[in-house]
Amino acid sequence: MKKLIVILVMLMGTVAFSQSKNAKISIDVDGVCEMCKKRIETACIKTKGVKLAVWNVETHKLSLVYNEFKTDVKSIKKNIVAVGHDTEGMKASDEAYNSLHDCCKYRDEKVRNNHKN
Amino acid sequence: MKRINLVFILFPFILFSQQKIEGTIYETNKKNNKIGLPGANLRWLNTSIGAVTDFDGKFTIPYKKEYKKLIISHVGFTTDTLLIEQAQKVSLVLNPANRLDEVVIKNRKKTIAVSYLKSLNIINMSSDELLKTACCNLCESFETNPSIDVNFADALTGTRQIKMLGLTSPYILMGIESIPAIRGAAQAYGLSFIPGTWVESIQITKGAGSVVNGFESIAGQINAKLQKPLSDSKLFINAYGSLDGRLELNTHINNRLSDKWSTGLYLHGNRRDTKFDKNNDTFLDAPLGEQINLMNRWQYVDLKKGFVSFLNFRFLNDEKQMGQLNFNPSKDKLTTNFWGSEIDTRRIEFSGKFSYANPELTYQTIDFQIAYSNHDQDSYFGQNVYDISHDSFYSTAIYSSIIGDSRHNFKTGINYTYDSYNEKTVIKLNELDYSRNENSIGTFFEYNYDDLADFNLTAGFRIDSHNLLGTFVTPRLHMRYTPWEKAALKASVGRGKRSANIFAENQNIFSTSRSINILNNQGKIYGLDPEIAWNFGISFLQGFNLFERKADLTLDFYRTEFKNQIVLDLENPLEANFYNLEGDSYANNVQVEFNYNAFKGFNLRMAYKYFDVKTQYKSGKLEKPLVPKQRMFVNASYETGENNKNNALWKFDLTYNRLGKQRFSSTLSNPIAYQLAEYSPSLATLNTQATKVFSSTFEIYIGGENIMDVKQKNPILGSENPFGANFDTTMVYGPIFGSNYYLGLRYRIN
Repeated sequence: MKKLIVILVMLMGTVAFSQSKNAKISIDVDGVCEMCKKRIETACIKTKGVKLAVWNVETHKLSLVYNEFKTDVKSIKKNIVAVGHDTEGMKASDEAYNSLHDCCKYRDEKVRNNHKN
Repeated sequence: MKRINLVFILFPFILFSQQKIEGTIYETNKKNNKIGLPGANLRWLNTSIGAVTDFDGKFTIPYKKEYKKLIISHVGFTTDTLLIEQAQKVSLVLNPANRLDEVVIKNRKKTIAVSYLKSLNIINMSSDELLKTACCNLCESFETNPSIDVNFADALTGTRQIKMLGLTSPYILMGIESIPAIRGAAQAYGLSFIPGTWVESIQITKGAGSVVNGFESIAGQINAKLQKPLSDSKLFINAYGSLDGRLELNTHINNRLSDKWSTGLYLHGNRRDTKFDKNNDTFLDAPLGEQINLMNRWQYVDLKKGFVSFLNFRFLNDEKQMGQLNFNPSKDKLTTNFWGSEIDTRRIEFSGKFSYANPELTYQTIDFQIAYSNHDQDSYFGQNVYDISHDSFYSTAIYSSIIGDSRHNFKTGINYTYDSYNEKTVIKLNELDYSRNENSIGTFFEYNYDDLADFNLTAGFRIDSHNLLGTFVTPRLHMRYTPWEKAALKASVGRGKRSANIFAENQNIFSTSRSINILNNQGKIYGLDPEIAWNFGISFLQGFNLFERKADLTLDFYRTEFKNQIVLDLENPLEANFYNLEGDSYANNVQVEFNYNAFKGFNLRMAYKYFDVKTQYKSGKLEKPLVPKQRMFVNASYETGENNKNNALWKFDLTYNRLGKQRFSSTLSNPIAYQLAEYSPSLATLNTQATKVFSSTFEIYIGGENIMDVKQKNPILGSENPFGANFDTTMVYGPIFGSNYYLGLRYRIN
């Protein structure tokens, strides 16, 4: 039992330590479906320094946890835009947008309506 | 759902005063133009500081650095929350809460589902699946699942035994809320001590499984999640009665005590006091019995801080009587007047689970689990006595987090288990004591890699130090690869090790005239060695559309190879011999499964299984007795469309099972009257159930088990002379009772 407690306390220590350099933020990213979710999250995770990326299909909110020493919101956004998704204050190039799968063309009202159900 | 289009623009806001935030709240009109929304409420989370928008939707609200979340609400609109990092101008469009023309389309989820994405081959059974049969207890809930076989253990107790990959339940790690629970003394009857209504869902892992829950699993793992006081109905009543004399009552009462604490009281009682002997062998076809089972669950949830805990207290008292019709326990116990048997079980259990998930970094979690149980069984079978008392303590601490980013996850931690067995057998008046203590401490590390596309991998190992099994390493590896769309190729390999509780796992041998012997006496557990096995598996899942309806096909192959096994040799009909494996023992299993949603509400599940289970006995390498080589399974279910007003509907369910011939252990040396054929005949059973759901609060179900009335004619060998040399109740390959019909109701208040 003593060993258990020691290990638990040590683990708690790690938790407390790792909080200091991590930043948490929530930004809006445009998209419509599960495929978009995967693409957006993958683009973020592949940015060096990003630890966690969860995009909500319904609210379009992307929750990010990243290491502030290694990256910043701007570089993450750049990578999101590069795979074709608009985000706060940054728009994807037409070229990137056109590379999206037909079902993910979120700028098209028809596509958006198709995903409403 | 209308898409929530939130526009959240950051203006560089150059002002000397950072004490307040200004902004505008909008709504969209019919032409989709933004117009200011007057009267919207704004409030900082966890404060009383708020503001209201003016006629143009404009507002000003005091700001401090500690304020992070701004909640914006308005009657008729969806409440929204903004994360504010610094003083900035805010502009937000609120969305109408509910459009009148909005139609909610529910997508029916499959009640049995295998993940396309996980590396472990886990089959999830939801609560809807559990309602497909009477499901009086956890064991019976597997009857509609092709991956688990439900067999009969003996001709007396009516206890069903489950098998996975051709191996019996001791080779499956069975947990409740991921705490190993049905083990040790509880192995034989433990599944029938978990009432079906208590179970929320079941996860079945085929193959070695995760290292987190211990080293014991060999064929697979089964985990049952229990109802949660917070999500279960406030009041739930289930009553059941069947023509074979079984009556059951289940009551759940759940109460939310505060915003963090909830509690639930779960009560189960069952009783059978009608004697049946349809096959006129002077023995009861089904045991008489009575069970009281009580559980109290406490749930604590504080999501803001990330704490979730459960506390469970449980008490069980179960009494069974089996044997000859005229047996009267008070007069005939342990005599040769009549053959009879009683099993009395009492179990007390406490378990606690404490989880912390870092609310800022949601991937960091700490879980702590602790469980204690005392399982006490006093029993006799004719003139044989078997008493076991098992005290068990289990604790584990698990830390999970990521390495670098969320593609690399890991779980690590430590477990400690302590088991104290007080075990006594009296066989042919010869009393023996097998008491022993086991304890082990182990540490594990499991790494999970997910490339977020077509590949993931779970690799785990653990090191345990056990007072009787020694110090050993348990490695396990699982992989998933998606070669093309809607497909998943999974492979696994892993090792398992366990100490066999030879008597608790094979209690049916007490109900025979066999002499029970343990050969080679140098080992540490009953004089025997630990069981060690490797499991290899490969599985392919392909989803597709057939006539524009969803279908999927699964192809599985699993092989379990024993390095050592405690062999129970029944090949001499006068003896039951336990010994260490010398030579080969393996179980190969091929399964083909096809699921098809043929039309709305109609689901078809078909499976074919082939088993090749062989063990080297002293008398040669033989098929494992009473394991059919082939099994066919069909389950069809149909649900009428929901009537929108009160959710009334009908549900129909039909399960067909065909078992191939099963080998009897040899009876060649018996007198001709007591000889059995080498193989049993093949047999098929059909179960059906209809449920009428009147509303979301009330439903009635009626069903028939084995409606084709298939029976094994003489389940008990030597029944006319139970104290003679050839009495044997273990040669059971099929139903004893024949058809049985039942009726039940469920009533709930949410």
